[in-house]
Amino acid sequence: MLIEIRNQAFDPWQEISRYQENCGLVPGSYGACATFVGTLRDFNQGDKVKRMRLTHYPGMTEHQLSKIAEQALSQYQLLDLIIVHRVGDINPNEPIVLVAVWSAHRAAAFDGCRQIMEYLKSSATFWKKETLESEQRWVSSGVNQ
Amino acid sequence: MSITVRFFASLAEELGFDQKTLDRKTVAHKSPLTIEEVWREVADRPPPENLLCALNHEYADFKQHLKDGDEVAFFPPVNGG
Repeated sequence: MLIEIRNQAFDPWQEISRYQENCGLVPGSYGACATFVGTLRDFNQGDKVKRMRLTHYPGMTEHQLSKIAEQALSQYQLLDLIIVHRVGDINPNEPIVLVAVWSAHRAAAFDGCRQIMEYLKSSATFWKKETLESEQRWVSSGVNQ
Repeated sequence: MSITVRFFASLAEELGFDQKTLDRKTVAHKSPLTIEEVWREVADRPPPENLLCALNHEYADFKQHLKDGDEVAFFPPVNGG
């Protein structure tokens, strides 16, 4: 299991490939890998977004990610998973979040991946502040986005 | 009794600080202190309608009582992913 909050840009596809090669998953044991990659758009609510600053609650956020990961592993009998979440200044087209889960069958992979993402949107202690052309603004709750 | 109080995101900006400490002298006469009483001690305004709080890195209820060494956090609705 890989859970990280990073302040540097990352390539989600390299993360998945590298992790799958080295994590100890037994070849043939998994039949599905579901992934979600969230990327920063250059627009929001009709405005051009130049960049975004993501902040978190050090200590609490890491604790939350570990808990949701353990819960998803248990509930969906996942074999392994990755959660990588950016903080700091993010430019449009840079990944914000990667969730990847491995399981024997697709339903568990889809459901487990979605459950983790919904938790990240609704409960994990992250906050977003956008820089627009002429102002900065805090982004409201992303539960339905 | 000492309690660390932290503030995040837009809330910290609006208040003008991101951390305060309530020491023994400040809270002794109010023990056992609740989280909503902590807000009244540290902020010069009513709590925002959508205010969330945590106690020792877990979401909490405003009526929860505190003990020495606790860390309380106040913050607006979250937005990850």
